[in-house]
Amino acid sequence: MAADYLDWLRREGRIVIVGASLAGLRAAETLRAEGFTGSLTMIGDEPYEPYDRPPLSKAVLLGKASPLHTELPHRREVDAKWRLGVPATGLDLTAKRVRLADGDEVEYDRLLIATGVRARPWFKEEEGRLDGVFLLRTRDDAARLLQRLRSARRVFIIGAGFAGCEVASACREMGLAVTLAERAGAPLVGALGGVIGAVAADLQTGNGVDLRTGITVTALEGDPAGRVRSVHLSDGSEVETDVVVVSLGSLRNTEWLTGSGLGAGPRGIACDAGCRAFDFRGIVTDDVFVAGDVARSPHALFGYQFLSLEHWGNAVAQAETAAHNMICRGADRRPHLWMPAFWSSQFKVNIKSVGVPPMGDQIMITQGSLAERRFVGVYGHQGRVVAAVSFDNTRWLEFYQRQIERGAPFPVDYTTVDRRPEGRQPVDADFPDPSLPTHGPTVTLSGYSPADQQLVFTPARH
Amino acid sequence: MTQASLFRRITDFANRADPYPLYEELRRTPVLHEEEDGPYVISSYWDIRSLLHDPRISSDAANLAAAGDELAEAQSTGLPPSFLRLDPPEHDRLRRIANSAFGPPHKPHRIESMRGELHAIVGGLIDGFGEAREIDLVDQFAYPFPVTVICRLLGVPREDEPRFRAWVDPLVATLDPETRAEADEEFVKSAQEARMQLGMYLAGLVEQRTKDPQDDMLSDLADSRGPEGAMTMMEVMSTAVLLLIAGHETTVNLITNGMLTLLRHPDVLHRLREDPGLSARIVEELLRYEPPVQIVPQRTCIADIEMRGVTIPKGSRIWLMLAAGNRDPERFKDPEKFDPDREDIQHLGFGSGIHSCFGAPLARLETQIALSELARRLENPRLVEDPPPYRQNAVLRGPRHLSIAFDALR
Repeated sequence: MAADYLDWLRREGRIVIVGASLAGLRAAETLRAEGFTGSLTMIGDEPYEPYDRPPLSKAVLLGKASPLHTELPHRREVDAKWRLGVPATGLDLTAKRVRLADGDEVEYDRLLIATGVRARPWFKEEEGRLDGVFLLRTRDDAARLLQRLRSARRVFIIGAGFAGCEVASACREMGLAVTLAERAGAPLVGALGGVIGAVAADLQTGNGVDLRTGITVTALEGDPAGRVRSVHLSDGSEVETDVVVVSLGSLRNTEWLTGSGLGAGPRGIACDAGCRAFDFRGIVTDDVFVAGDVARSPHALFGYQFLSLEHWGNAVAQAETAAHNMICRGADRRPHLWMPAFWSSQFKVNIKSVGVPPMGDQIMITQGSLAERRFVGVYGHQGRVVAAVSFDNTRWLEFYQRQIERGAPFPVDYTTVDRRPEGRQPVDADFPDPSLPTHGPTVTLSGYSPADQQLVFTPARH
Repeated sequence: MTQASLFRRITDFANRADPYPLYEELRRTPVLHEEEDGPYVISSYWDIRSLLHDPRISSDAANLAAAGDELAEAQSTGLPPSFLRLDPPEHDRLRRIANSAFGPPHKPHRIESMRGELHAIVGGLIDGFGEAREIDLVDQFAYPFPVTVICRLLGVPREDEPRFRAWVDPLVATLDPETRAEADEEFVKSAQEARMQLGMYLAGLVEQRTKDPQDDMLSDLADSRGPEGAMTMMEVMSTAVLLLIAGHETTVNLITNGMLTLLRHPDVLHRLREDPGLSARIVEELLRYEPPVQIVPQRTCIADIEMRGVTIPKGSRIWLMLAAGNRDPERFKDPEKFDPDREDIQHLGFGSGIHSCFGAPLARLETQIALSELARRLENPRLVEDPPPYRQNAVLRGPRHLSIAFDALR
């Protein structure tokens, strides 16, 4: 019976994907690659074919790539019905229908939600509407910002996360005066902790950025014509500027699911490791799947915590897993076990991390030196390696990824090439708000390809 | 009668033409340690790959010498080691400076801009076959082509080739395990002398470039005024020696192995003739199927390493059997099949990690052009002798001669 349904679904079922960006596209391609021949509908709120976002804060701002031409390469023909420029506005789980902004309704047999996130707007709406105040998430955002930067002299960036730091880097390369404001004590502190944050701070100031930390922006002031003129800070100072870039992280696009009965909210849509969405009662659904930035799923390696990862590689891997699981038998389903990883490029320094650095409470510089801004740092939590970060040392990270997967002991007790005196002892990683899970069983990951990965469960010793 | 140890059979010249059955046998003991003072021999794809990224593995010549490699010890005098035989941070600094003369971000177009020149050199060599209908691909094509290219790229006079070849040959011979095992003091001394002579010769050219810079890599190495500072004269010498040798010795074998493999797979050769665009996939599959560097024999571990239940003790020498890993059935479907259409062609042919092949973009371009032009211009090419005679070297493995007959030139 179930097998019959699955055969039918694969042959002539209807699959709807809400979200036509990286995760949506890769899921559609995987469905076709794995033999799905039914009807496929792609719904996207932006009027564009799926495009790549990482270049928007890097090559595009530097004029090395056009904001209008960062389309994602297609791996294969997806033969889908595209509904672009029409946001989804609601979901009826019982009738299995997605409502669209233009009043249309689309029926599905299986649904994939990949609606992603959007930039968090400036909290005072009126100030956010001033001419010269920008967000950066979409290609339209990038095109508008780029055009304005070409005639600007001074830029003020609110928020020194990865995006804010990358914009600062691009603007300096364009020769603009840049002020970068951050509430925490240093850039990137939330993602990498204070030890690495201090290096990121040096990188900014060393490249001529006016870095203001431990400070908040209280108001944006416009001139009578409605153009932004200056920024007021919590220490009472005022900085004149031509452009303000608001880079305060993101909001998950889940509002359209309000009242649908899905377990969706500001923290994303909860799903199991097989990418099936939970309803609000905590019961897993059978026909609604989630992937990409909007998903929140338990990760076996990190205490089964529900992680939402706004990482490019995660979107691809989760989309592939979700698509595979949507059209296969229960026994053939795979868990989404992607090792968190992201990269950034600022002032020609390549920053890459694997694992979950904010879970670490200590860090050890196992290779290179912080002062030279070329190093590998390893994060530990409860005696295990949980993450690593590199500045211009990317080629070593594969090793540390395996250490994380194997639950290797921390502190690192072996010698490595290029170990400096500073790297002999672990130090406090200095995260502002560590979220520490309780001690649980040790879980290790083995195998290399998704098909042969195995979880090995070792009960906790008490 | 006891059989010779497996790793001695692999290095035995008698098995040079087809070491692959031995590699298959080797993979049954993926961490092999046959002799007390001998190396740990690693042959599975994933194990090799992980050790290439393992910071407990050192490439430093001094560590190799400490691990009991007498030849490495003898070589530790004279010209300092190149970045191939160094660990970070020295390796990183020297490689960055060398790269600023070679590739992005400083010289993003250096290789691509040579495309037309490479075509011209290849065309000239093929025209040079003249009326002959049987040629030795090695002497008439696969050797002169990359030598000419590396000379132009570095700024070494092409006509000096007989001179520097006399220094290069003994140096390359020291890489061969069998030759090393039999090496006497005199051999070691002469290799060391050859390296110094070659370094001095290149230093002379660098000196000229300091006075009169040209658009070549030696000029850039002599200049190197970047944020990294300059190399010392000794560092420039050992880097230039490395680039000159690595810049052609491996490519000769890649091109020759490539043509040999294509002639053994006429269907693929035919497809390449129709579609030169296939050359990119063919070269990647070649780097898996017949890699020009078969073994990385110069690593040591500086801490105990646990691998498949075996503890490799600190200070051990480690051999990474790239060519064995490239045909590991744990990693590749039908590993013994030459198949340029495979879905994910990956390989250890260029190594991986911080020492991954410096010249890879050049080697790829040279071999793509060489093979597609040979396929296009030789009518009905066929092997005169299969297997062909091989070079002694087990590390840089390839035919010494490759006789090819054909009906006409196009």
